Amino acid sequence: MTEADVRARLARRADRPLPGISVAWALGVAGFVLLAALLGLALGPVGLGTERVARELLSHVPGLGVESPLTATEDAILWELRAPRVALGLVVGALLASAGAAYQGVFRNPLADPYLLGAAAGAGLGATLVIAYDVGDPLGVDLRPVAAFAGAILGVAAAYGLGRSVGGGRSTATLILAGVTVAAFLTAVQTFLQQRNTETVQEVYAWILGQLETSGWSDVAIALPYAVVSTALLVWHRRLLDVLAVGDDEAASLGVAVARVRLVVVAAATLGTAAAVAFSGLIAFVGIIVPHAIRLLVGTSYRAVLPLSLGVGAGFLVLTDLICRTAIAPAELPIGVVTAFLGAPFFAVVLRTTRTVGP
Amino acid sequence: MSVVRARGVGVVLDGVRVVDGVGLELERGGWIALIGPNGAGKTTFLRAVAGLVPYDGSLELLGAEVASLGRRDVARRVAVVPQLPVIPPDMSVLDYVVLGRTPHLGYAGAPGRRDVDAARAALGALDVLQLAGRRLGSLSGGERQRAVLARAVAQDGTLLLLDEPTSALDVGAQQQVLELVASLRAERGLTVLAAMHDLTLAGQYADRLLLLDGGREAASGAPAEVLTEELVARHYGASVRVVEGEEGVAVVPLRPRVDAERPVG
Repeated sequence: MTEADVRARLARRADRPLPGISVAWALGVAGFVLLAALLGLALGPVGLGTERVARELLSHVPGLGVESPLTATEDAILWELRAPRVALGLVVGALLASAGAAYQGVFRNPLADPYLLGAAAGAGLGATLVIAYDVGDPLGVDLRPVAAFAGAILGVAAAYGLGRSVGGGRSTATLILAGVTVAAFLTAVQTFLQQRNTETVQEVYAWILGQLETSGWSDVAIALPYAVVSTALLVWHRRLLDVLAVGDDEAASLGVAVARVRLVVVAAATLGTAAAVAFSGLIAFVGIIVPHAIRLLVGTSYRAVLPLSLGVGAGFLVLTDLICRTAIAPAELPIGVVTAFLGAPFFAVVLRTTRTVGP
Repeated sequence: MSVVRARGVGVVLDGVRVVDGVGLELERGGWIALIGPNGAGKTTFLRAVAGLVPYDGSLELLGAEVASLGRRDVARRVAVVPQLPVIPPDMSVLDYVVLGRTPHLGYAGAPGRRDVDAARAALGALDVLQLAGRRLGSLSGGERQRAVLARAVAQDGTLLLLDEPTSALDVGAQQQVLELVASLRAERGLTVLAAMHDLTLAGQYADRLLLLDGGREAASGAPAEVLTEELVARHYGASVRVVEGEEGVAVVPLRPRVDAERPVG
């Protein structure tokens, strides 16, 4: 190898992007997700045992020669009931936490959550319409997730359109106000519909509090492509969120097309939020507490906060769902109640122990 | 080739023409200070040069019309130090300075070892490498301004735009920051265009002054030609004495004389 080759190789190495997170944190979070998933699969009204579930999982790895200890019934419980639910929990948790982190970055607002721009109100209205008017499933599919998904997207689109028409998309405050306006309007319509159809109030209420009950793998299969697109776009833009921390004007003077980046990030986060809301209802607080907990541990750079939020959000929601399924078994707690019940005291501690809670 | 060549540049904000027909020519390594009373259009003119507001007329950066350049192309040529930079308090100084490398990375690319080295070199050039690991929120005003300048240096442009770079600093920190800019200019061949409130500092550090008033050019030339008692009185409505010394001119504000005829009290 000539000296020129060595130099060229060293130059390429100097240009290689540096990782935003340490290997230890990446492995730690991966371990947390695996542990949460294993517990989610093993525990429930019918205890399968973590060790037996682990052996069952390993029996599917070719070449290990591990035999599954589960009976046929247990196998069905594991793969037909629990696994889809755990998988949906992982997907929804990852989506809500990463969308929350992205919103906090793009709006430079520590209190931003994935529902900031009207996604929750839009989804709530969509679901209420379907439930209150008992649309049923004329096309052979449950229309609730479809209506919630469409409502969330339309809510955010309306807020974004309104914000842009007033402030040219330049001011984050204008966008947030537009979100508040749209959310208030949609909530008013939803409340009116609910009042007119009191016999379905309980069903609407249960939907709003969130649940991870699935009708099997099909929900996961439908949610997964949205999740992949949303999280890939958000993780790709993570360093640009760091640049936005110095404000729109300075980010622009550093060469960032601020309005375009904001639109892409909001669109990606909305897609993920809508997919999550469609299958799980409105789960509060995950989008706020998970990113803030990570900031406390690893600092404020989105190069670490965004990817770690994916993992911690996924594991956190599976563990929360485990509490919902087991705390008052055989009945279930609504997951939105548990996330807020755990999240609020945690957040209070965060507020008390940090100087500032920065996005 | 001039670094900045402006001809008849105008900017309209909210229907008001805040910059009107301003021209200047800034050669490589030069330092022009924009002076003028509040609302004269200094900041807006700087923003036009940085491509942050639309303008009319002709405004060239290193031979290319600003309006025809992409955001990143402008950012590779011009680094901006705003009057009130946004300081994310929990960001480390090194991470902040690395942000200056943004125009040199791909759309969403991450910085590499070379970018971190450039950021460290910039901190070294401003004598604050020891602050690299500190939180921005823990810095003093002078240290913070050096961190902001280090980010601009790491951006590695030809032109440095400074908007009132010393307005929040005490007199010692003001001198230190401007001396650093002067040495960067000498060592790295940086070209400086700065809006400055302090007329004495403007006269002592810049080669030429451009006095704006009401968005228009009121005077331009060497400091001694622009900083006259008469021009300052006319455009600032201020009573000053201009003292000429070896280091250049000093503009000393004087309390306006009270009319002797008027009864006191």
